[in-house]
Amino acid sequence: MDIMSHAAPKTTATLSLADLPGPNVAVRRLRHPGRWVSGGIVLLLLAVIGRAFAVGQIQWPVVGQFLTAGVIVTGFGWTLLISACALALGVVLGFAFGIMRLSENPILRFAAWLYVWIFRGTPVLLQLLIWFNIALVFPRLYIPGLVDERMVDVVTPFVAAVLGLGVNEGSYLTEVVRGGIGSVDKGQTEAAHTLGMTPGQTMRRIILPQTLRLILPVLGNSAIGMLKFSSLAATIAMGEMLNAAQRIYFINGAVIELLFVCAVWYLAGTTVLSIGQYYLERHFGRDASTATAERSWFKGWARRPATPEEA
Amino acid sequence: MSLAVKAVGIRKSFGAHEVLKGLDLDVAYGEVLCILGPSGSGKSTFLRCINHLETPNGGYVWVDGAIMGYELSSGALQELPVKRLRAQQSRLGMVFQHFNLFAHRTVLGNVIEGPMVVRGLKRAEAEARAMELLEQVGMAGKASSYPSQLSGGQKQRVAIARALAMEPRVMLFDEPTSALDPELVGEVLEVMRALARGGTTMIVVTHEIGFAREVADRVVVMIEGEIREKGVPGDVLSNPTDPRVRSFLSRVLA
Ligand SMILES: Nc1ncnc2c1ncn2[C@@H]1O[C@H](COP(=O)(O)OP(=O)(O)OP(=O)(O)O)[C@@H](O)[C@H]1O
Ligand SMILES: [Mg+2]
Repeated sequence: MDIMSHAAPKTTATLSLADLPGPNVAVRRLRHPGRWVSGGIVLLLLAVIGRAFAVGQIQWPVVGQFLTAGVIVTGFGWTLLISACALALGVVLGFAFGIMRLSENPILRFAAWLYVWIFRGTPVLLQLLIWFNIALVFPRLYIPGLVDERMVDVVTPFVAAVLGLGVNEGSYLTEVVRGGIGSVDKGQTEAAHTLGMTPGQTMRRIILPQTLRLILPVLGNSAIGMLKFSSLAATIAMGEMLNAAQRIYFINGAVIELLFVCAVWYLAGTTVLSIGQYYLERHFGRDASTATAERSWFKGWARRPATPEEA
Repeated sequence: MSLAVKAVGIRKSFGAHEVLKGLDLDVAYGEVLCILGPSGSGKSTFLRCINHLETPNGGYVWVDGAIMGYELSSGALQELPVKRLRAQQSRLGMVFQHFNLFAHRTVLGNVIEGPMVVRGLKRAEAEARAMELLEQVGMAGKASSYPSQLSGGQKQRVAIARALAMEPRVMLFDEPTSALDPELVGEVLEVMRALARGGTTMIVVTHEIGFAREVADRVVVMIEGEIREKGVPGDVLSNPTDPRVRSFLSRVLA
């Protein structure tokens, strides 16, 4: 039976060998009129939205005027400081608990699991409020020989913001670090052991450097997310940028103008971070063993990729 | 002949599955011993018990004057802390089927890692020594490449250099050529032949019967967690006495 004749599509008329063109035959590309149409529609929509805001009830001069107002800029400074401190705390906690998650000791594993369960399982806004009001539970912070102070003096709004955001971020990063460590192939650990490297040396010199490279994209997203989530601290009387904006519009009533001012600053911040992330990833991806180098910075905008467990 | 390795009554189970059923083995300095046997007979597990990547459930391994993982104190074996176990393990070089090179380190970085971290060598000294070893395995030209840029045969030669860099008393090989494309097997076996000629003590798990016949001083054949045949390659490979060894060999020699 002739299988080939079955496989050949019946619809095309047969082209005899004698009619075949030469090797340099001209090629006409398919046209895509649909792309022009859809592109045109989107441009039109953008123009409509842009015009709506331009002629709407917004006093753009006020936006411009407050963009560089002292309180706002100082507020943005606090926003950056909270974000940086909280991210640092989150990374430290993420690594600590991520390593504990894989410990041989079941109690350490359980403690790390508990941490993730609690802090990933409750809203970060709620956690902020609890940290802010922690003095209701523990009126005094007393560590023999070290600290003995009223809790309200220790947990200022700034401290509460950093703790709330950082501890919450740490619970996400714990899972990321755990996934990263788990994805470094076990054979390398065994090879390190046969060379005589202790578990600590193996972790520091073999596993963590490779983990770091794997989780770098996530850390970039964390930084971007943190910058935005720090605005939640406005609710606990922390004078970061959103809080500053609120205090101004309570007085002058320019609500939307000041919110737009904040939007501009946040966008500027996240854009700078995204660019930084792009270069950082390219730098760390250079040995071609990971594919992160090819990522474009704008692809990193999603809050975070699913950890292996969530995926 | 002085002994390098003496395994005494090694037993190992995974759950209810008894993989090693009391193995004894002596290996002398300078000897090349090949371990043959069908898949699943416990060859890898035995090798991993010898250097304590797996802890045996029974028996012990004596290597170069010390019992692996233990200290004899008043008639009992006292388990050693992990740091001292690692020091013992570093006297056995291990070459894995899947190379297990450190992916974030260059070829040179892989080879100097052990000497610098474990033996505390200075970088310059470690690098000089590493380059000699890379020369020896024909990989000096790729010293600054990363593992992902190498072929399987090249990776395995680097892995051999990495193990040698710790100046082990005994080299263990677990099917070093099984993951390689056929045309790359030869370059790795060539390096191993040179090591054998140089007097390195080697325990080699392999499916390369030709290599065993040519290079091994002795071969042992494992079947279902037991050593069923041992002797010089000529005897064992040509007229094995055990019927199951005979059927295994007739399959692989076919
Ligand atoms: N970590 C482990 N957990 C459970 N079972 C295991 C483990 N390692 C090995 N085994 C089992 O022990 C038996 C022997 O395995 P081993 O890898 O030692 O065989 P092998 O002789 O090296 O085989 P091959 O030639 O395929 O490499 C197999 O049945 C295997 O499934
Ligand atoms: Mg095996």
